[in-house]
Amino acid sequence: MTWDEMTPLLWESTWQTAQMVAWSTLFTVLIGLPLGVALVVTDRDGLFPSWTLNRVLGLVVNIGRSLPFIVLMIAVIPLTRLIVGTTIGTVASVVPLTLGAAPFFARLVETALREVGRDKVQAAQAMGAGGSTVVGKVLLPEAMAGLVAGLTVTVVALISYSAMAGAIGGGGLGDLAIRYGYQRFETTLMVVTVVVLIVIVQLVQTLGDTVARRLTRH
Amino acid sequence: MIDVSGLRKVYRDRDREVVAIDGVDLHVREGEIFGVLGQSGAGKSTLLRCVNLLERPTEGTVTVAGQELTALGQSELRRARQRIGMIHQHFALLSSRTVAGNVAFPLEVMGIGKADRARRVAELLELVGLADKAGAHPAQLSGGQKQRVGIARALAGNPAVLLSDEATSALDPGTTQSILALLKSLNRELGLTILLITHEMNVVKSICDSAAIMRNGLVEESGAIPELIATPGSRLTAELFPLPAPDPGSVTITFTGQADEPVVSEVVRKFDVDVNILGGALEEVAGVSAGRLRLRLTGDERAAALAYLSGRGLLVEESP
Repeated sequence: MTWDEMTPLLWESTWQTAQMVAWSTLFTVLIGLPLGVALVVTDRDGLFPSWTLNRVLGLVVNIGRSLPFIVLMIAVIPLTRLIVGTTIGTVASVVPLTLGAAPFFARLVETALREVGRDKVQAAQAMGAGGSTVVGKVLLPEAMAGLVAGLTVTVVALISYSAMAGAIGGGGLGDLAIRYGYQRFETTLMVVTVVVLIVIVQLVQTLGDTVARRLTRH
Repeated sequence: MIDVSGLRKVYRDRDREVVAIDGVDLHVREGEIFGVLGQSGAGKSTLLRCVNLLERPTEGTVTVAGQELTALGQSELRRARQRIGMIHQHFALLSSRTVAGNVAFPLEVMGIGKADRARRVAELLELVGLADKAGAHPAQLSGGQKQRVGIARALAGNPAVLLSDEATSALDPGTTQSILALLKSLNRELGLTILLITHEMNVVKSICDSAAIMRNGLVEESGAIPELIATPGSRLTAELFPLPAPDPGSVTITFTGQADEPVVSEVVRKFDVDVNILGGALEEVAGVSAGRLRLRLTGDERAAALAYLSGRGLLVEESP
């Protein structure tokens, strides 16, 4: 395979991976962030303690976390069909990717929020702040560096998951590596794909680290 | 100003019950600085948190500025808390906000507009001497400066009452004195009533008008400091004026305000007794000088001499 043949393939696959990761990151944050906040505030000494809700949410998150992504991806095929109308393609892969990453991100959100000192929460309550003010003006801003670090880890995980999604027709760099590198022995393309993946992960990690560092004010 | 009555706080930990506060009454008068002194685990921190209901008492009532907090609903309680300032041992500042942002926080909670907030923040930072640090982040400040920000923040809502939770325990001695001086001047100039908890006698000695001693969830003694000093067997007095353990037959005299009167030499001149001074301590507390002397009195007129000392308004305690 020549470079002229490889280049369009690589661009198309990279674009598909970027799309899968971008959309699933968006939905992961939309689901995982509230879920992580809920895990913290419903805890026994939280702002809105609710033992039942806390246990239910914890169970849901643990179920999501205990399935290997490749298994989850196949298990949710009926759900994907229900939501997207198809189970093949980049858009369809966003459903399993989000379901795989949201519980993971929720746990990271939970950990980041628990790092915020209890005295800060109490200080806000002593000023007369209600629960939602405490979440919005104390917990989330104070945990921002940790949340960004958690999001970075999640995006890297999503890049890895998205390669698996390629195996069942999601497209992207994983699909490219399987179809050309594995099935057609195109070693050069395989190597280039690996390099592209490494570069993308490096970029994401560096960007995340930089933002997290700028937010840290200890 | 603050009335706590019949306060009990019991924590339930599965089948075990831990009594943190076991029936406490506390009366803090308007405009005074009241110190609750006790070792860690005595329940003083829980007591302070019960005053603004960060901890809900198991039994008892809490009244602040004429409002019974224990009878309020959640939203009324939040409004009442805006008029009760609180400062913390580890400052509890938001590291994501600047100094000005931290002081503005309670004003945001109160729903005060941006322009008014900025004006009030400038006033408050001026008051605590940090006008030049408005744009700094807490991480760039020293411990004393952080506590000043904490104080400015606590005063944002023009509170009638300030609660201080070991506010100087994380500070070095010099900084502690400057923070105590600031609290004292706020007390004088703004008429701010301050309830503080501490394990440092120095804090009580430096700024408190009244004190309570807490142990094992109970208040052992409580009242205006000069009165406590004049009370026989007071633990506060014993801790304020550390003397060696009393020998059998020795006499301890405690005096408040008469420190400049030569009572000992008077006794020796008037009565046929010999006086041997075993120990003594003198302090300036709550605006009066007070002290304790441990004496050995021997001689025929010992009883008359002791009666004379009592008659002079001194507290005379004889060791058996």
